[in-house]
Amino acid sequence: MTVPRGGAAAPARSHGRRGWAFLALGACTLLLAGCGEISILRPAGPIGEGNRQILLNSLAVMLVIVVPTMIATVAFAWWFRAGNPKAKYRPEFTYSGRIEVIVWSIPILTILFIGGLIWYGSHELDPFKPLDSDEPTLEVQVVSLDWKWLFIYPDAQVASVNELVIPVGRPIRFRITSASVMNTFFIPNLGSMIYAMNGMETKLYLQADRQGTFYGQSAHYSGDGFSDMNFDVRAVPDAEFSAWTVGLTAQGPVLNVDTYRDLSRQSRDVRPYTYRHVQGGLFDSVVDQTLPPGPGPETGRGGAEEIHPESSPEASAEPPPSADPAPASASAHGAHHEG
Amino acid sequence: MSATTASGDPRHIGATTAGHDPYNLGHGHAGHQAGVGSHREGGMASKIVVAGYGFWIYLLSDIIMFSAFFAAYAVLSGETAGGPGGADLFELWRVAIQTFLLLTSSFTCGLASLATERRDMVWTQGWLLVTGLLGAAFIYLEVDEFAQMIGEGAGPGRSAFLSAFFALVGLHGLHVSVGLLWLGTMMAQLWFKGFRPDILRRLLCFNLFWHALDIVWIAVFTIVYLMGAGR
Amino acid sequence: MLGKLDWSAIPFDEPIPLVAAGIIGLGVLGVLAWITVKGFWPYRWREWITSVDHKRIGVMYIALALLMLIRGFVDAIMMRSHQAMAVNADGYLPPDHYDQIFSAHGTIMIFFGAMPFVVGMMNFVVPLQLGIRDVAFPTLNSMSFWLTASGALLVNLSLVIGEFARTGWLPYAPLSELDYSPGVGVDYYLWAIQVAGVGTLMSGVNLVTTILKMRAPGMGLLRMPMFCWTALAANLLIVAAFPILTATLAMLTLDRYLGFHFFTNEAGGNMMMFVNLIWAWGHPEVYILILPAFGIFSEIFATFSGKPLFGYRSMVAATLFIVVVSFTVWLHHFFTMGAGANVNAAFGIATSVIAVGTGVKVYNWIFTMYGGRLRFATPMLWSVAFILVFVVGGMTGVLLAVPPADFMLHNSLFLVAHFHNVIIGGVLFGLFAGYTYWFPKAFGFTLDEWWGKVAFWLTLLGFVLVFGPLYILGLEGMTRRLQHIEVEQWEPWLMVALAGVVVMIGGVAAQVVQLVVSIRRRHELRDTTGDPWDGRSLEWATPSPPPPYNFAVIPNVENEEAYWSIKQAAIRSQSLGDEPDYKPIEMPRNSPTGFVTAFFSTLIGFALIWHIWWLAVLGFVGAYATFVVFAWRDEVEYEVPLETVIEAERQRRAAAEAWLAEHGGRTV
Repeated sequence: MTVPRGGAAAPARSHGRRGWAFLALGACTLLLAGCGEISILRPAGPIGEGNRQILLNSLAVMLVIVVPTMIATVAFAWWFRAGNPKAKYRPEFTYSGRIEVIVWSIPILTILFIGGLIWYGSHELDPFKPLDSDEPTLEVQVVSLDWKWLFIYPDAQVASVNELVIPVGRPIRFRITSASVMNTFFIPNLGSMIYAMNGMETKLYLQADRQGTFYGQSAHYSGDGFSDMNFDVRAVPDAEFSAWTVGLTAQGPVLNVDTYRDLSRQSRDVRPYTYRHVQGGLFDSVVDQTLPPGPGPETGRGGAEEIHPESSPEASAEPPPSADPAPASASAHGAHHEG
Repeated sequence: MSATTASGDPRHIGATTAGHDPYNLGHGHAGHQAGVGSHREGGMASKIVVAGYGFWIYLLSDIIMFSAFFAAYAVLSGETAGGPGGADLFELWRVAIQTFLLLTSSFTCGLASLATERRDMVWTQGWLLVTGLLGAAFIYLEVDEFAQMIGEGAGPGRSAFLSAFFALVGLHGLHVSVGLLWLGTMMAQLWFKGFRPDILRRLLCFNLFWHALDIVWIAVFTIVYLMGAGR
Repeated sequence: MLGKLDWSAIPFDEPIPLVAAGIIGLGVLGVLAWITVKGFWPYRWREWITSVDHKRIGVMYIALALLMLIRGFVDAIMMRSHQAMAVNADGYLPPDHYDQIFSAHGTIMIFFGAMPFVVGMMNFVVPLQLGIRDVAFPTLNSMSFWLTASGALLVNLSLVIGEFARTGWLPYAPLSELDYSPGVGVDYYLWAIQVAGVGTLMSGVNLVTTILKMRAPGMGLLRMPMFCWTALAANLLIVAAFPILTATLAMLTLDRYLGFHFFTNEAGGNMMMFVNLIWAWGHPEVYILILPAFGIFSEIFATFSGKPLFGYRSMVAATLFIVVVSFTVWLHHFFTMGAGANVNAAFGIATSVIAVGTGVKVYNWIFTMYGGRLRFATPMLWSVAFILVFVVGGMTGVLLAVPPADFMLHNSLFLVAHFHNVIIGGVLFGLFAGYTYWFPKAFGFTLDEWWGKVAFWLTLLGFVLVFGPLYILGLEGMTRRLQHIEVEQWEPWLMVALAGVVVMIGGVAAQVVQLVVSIRRRHELRDTTGDPWDGRSLEWATPSPPPPYNFAVIPNVENEEAYWSIKQAAIRSQSLGDEPDYKPIEMPRNSPTGFVTAFFSTLIGFALIWHIWWLAVLGFVGAYATFVVFAWRDEVEYEVPLETVIEAERQRRAAAEAWLAEHGGRTV
């Protein structure tokens, strides 16, 4: 099994190319799923391609035993029905050492194969593993907020919300964190997903090998506005990408500590827009929590807050290490504004 | 339910069968088992064995719950969030006294069960009372420690480390407190009802409980206080 | 005085929960009124509410489970229909309501549907199969049930008073922390699950002790029916895993109530610890559900094939293998957290290794059928369908255990389809099979076969129609828990799934009709012999329904198929043997302790949810007082008089002799 990495664009439809007959069953399902534009079975990059290959190989290995097992179940159940005079009744057939050996060894052998795939795949397609490529890697910093995505392009010092633009053919290093609760950064056509968590940074290397607009989303439920956390991913030629970043500097607001605080409030259904400038080190301040976590909602149903155990008074007595004197979570229960 | 079981006539439903053995497990037939004598598989244990066994299983689950809190403590022990650590907070003299109190109470609890074996009401009650007093002293020291820490601004809301500390040590303290309540109730019961079989079973369970708390405390003492004081 | 509770807690602005609650409330009131009018209260109280009989408790567990399954199913109908209507539209449920529904669906189905069903089945069957008269701690057993019921009540209260959690069925931090979930929803979840969880834990302790210490003489461990083995395995898992759940939820409670920082974003809290801890319970939980179902299938395949279970020792080994390995796989629920390649690979391989145990079981069931004489009664239909459906679910499970595949399928509808595939196709099919199989034992008449088969086929078809499309949607990248959907491509499959739901409604309706029809035809369907299926284990040696003491004389077990061999010997010799020497039987007295404790637990839970501190204190005092009163009892047993025992036994023997005379010629 080979996992193409960093190579040229793989053709979109290649399932079933091994031509194994027993794949038919699974392939039917897969073909149905492959119809749509958005599909993990129509990868647009090496990671998605690799993941898909591992998925199909594992499926093939398992179908080798699953299909015969299903056939045997139906066949035995039918043949040994009480009404069949030709079936021999053998109530004493309750143990056979030979069958036991087979019964244990078939699953073990299968799992050996799968185990190999798991070991190989986990290492080869580890999300943290950089991609081999002659092209320079582009860094994009991703912050999941309630409930939108912020994409910072540190080289160009610009940022966009709910729209991701990447150059085709270049590996992208995504550095991912969350401003508040857990989310998952996922672009089905490009491949792997990974969690976004507050106070932590995860990394994900992806690459788009063909132009197009892909669907991106959060794949981890994060609250009432979760369904709005999707975005378009535009994969464009490198030159167009450069032009786009340059174009951004001409318009839009500036993202600094203050505007970030506004942004981190809860809002739903935010239309894509861009920032012409991003204060340096903003992403790192989110990760190391010098920028405090985004606030939650005011209340849920269930009356007014009778007690609200803030982190006890002595905790907030210490000033936050951040340069900005903004109060931490005390002011966090700000207005719930709809974007 | 009745513990008398062995009187069952094997033929109560049908004639005795020659025990066939479809899985070749090699368990003997009824006749052979009788020949083996004392050891016979299955059959019902006496009530006190069942009660003790069940309580052991419960204690096992309780210890697993403590393990979860120990695990949380291990994960969070470094997360002081700029606040005080173990070395700033723990007073080993206090913990040494607490340990002494609890271990002694376990010993006196054992003495109480010896007195129970002799059906000696006065000594049983006496040793149980001593056990309870030692436990209460232990709790007093713990509550005092907690109050002091919270007064110094090192309450459970200060940092994740302190959250884990208060929860773990507090959970043990809660167990001791519940044990004290149980102990008092049972002393009263013993006084009014005497050495009834069901009360003897409960005393056995209490003994197990109290000793288990000792074991947990040894772990708390070592992992939280001794190792924590070095930080 | 009432803490946070005020009129704003009632969702006057949301008609759906109000109407639903109104209907439920009217239903409950109607039943209560009916019981009152008919004067059934004394009977209810004496024979059911205060009963410590494992059979009654088992039946009550299952009744609770069936009610909650329907409640959870209504949630499912709403979710499927909402999503089908929410493609580029708003659907009919606002996000805060939709989020409560999927959270409640998962919570109710697992904790109050599947769990009580499984526990009830074990409660009812295990002592009968072991040839004993009750579980080790009968009053504790009653308390376990009522605590579970108390938890269920709390969850359902949240429908009208306040809100339920909007966090998913596992309240992942930090979303479930006070900062992001300030309402009472998560508190409802926490206290309901804690109360029910304590009940489950106690039930686990009880059954482990029962199985290990209280078997009929001669029933060595390796002579226990397979269901008892799987029950032992499941209860060992309960004892080992539920304390972790209790601890985890306690930590979250401390965070929310007292400002601790276990899982918060601030002050060094660690949300990843929550995920690890909750799944350290959560994965064994899956096996707590499925292992007893495996046991049920084992019993049914043997009975309806007319053969002993094939490879019994292998089955025992595979069960214990699963128990051990189930504690080493929890990380596969979050490969996408970025733990690193070696960790992911290790947990992925451990996960797929579990499939070995399951695979062995599947083959042994198939070989049990081989050489058998198969009767396709409803339980057998469920069982054969189970194998077909479950191997697919197992296969997709192993796919998800392959990290690179999981990197694309995590949290997708593929995952949703997978776990419904194994939980419906495995656990629920097993429970329905067991329900049909043991129903005559519990009530003395069999269930109507025709309606049973209708229910089976509709459920199977509906199941395939619902979850097939969900697999496909997962491959199309659709993630779970979306309140509205902005991708048109997914709409057709959502519609197919909705059609499947309609078929499943038919299946559920058929089950209800089956019950009603069977009750009406109960005289025709009467099971006179106590052995309607030609069974092999000891529960079929008792009359249907069994007397409170199960066995007039504790049977003596001489081999692996305790009842089958007795039956064959009786057929050979054409006689039942001499009447044994009957004795009066001591049985535990009924006790309201469990019910009263659960009442106070409900108060405590409700009070803590709404911060009504005085009520919580009152609840604790009440619960303590209840224990003291219980402990103070002087008479804990009553005696079943000899005449009653002899009378019942003579009837049983007369029925058995009549059966022998009729089937005398049959030899095996």
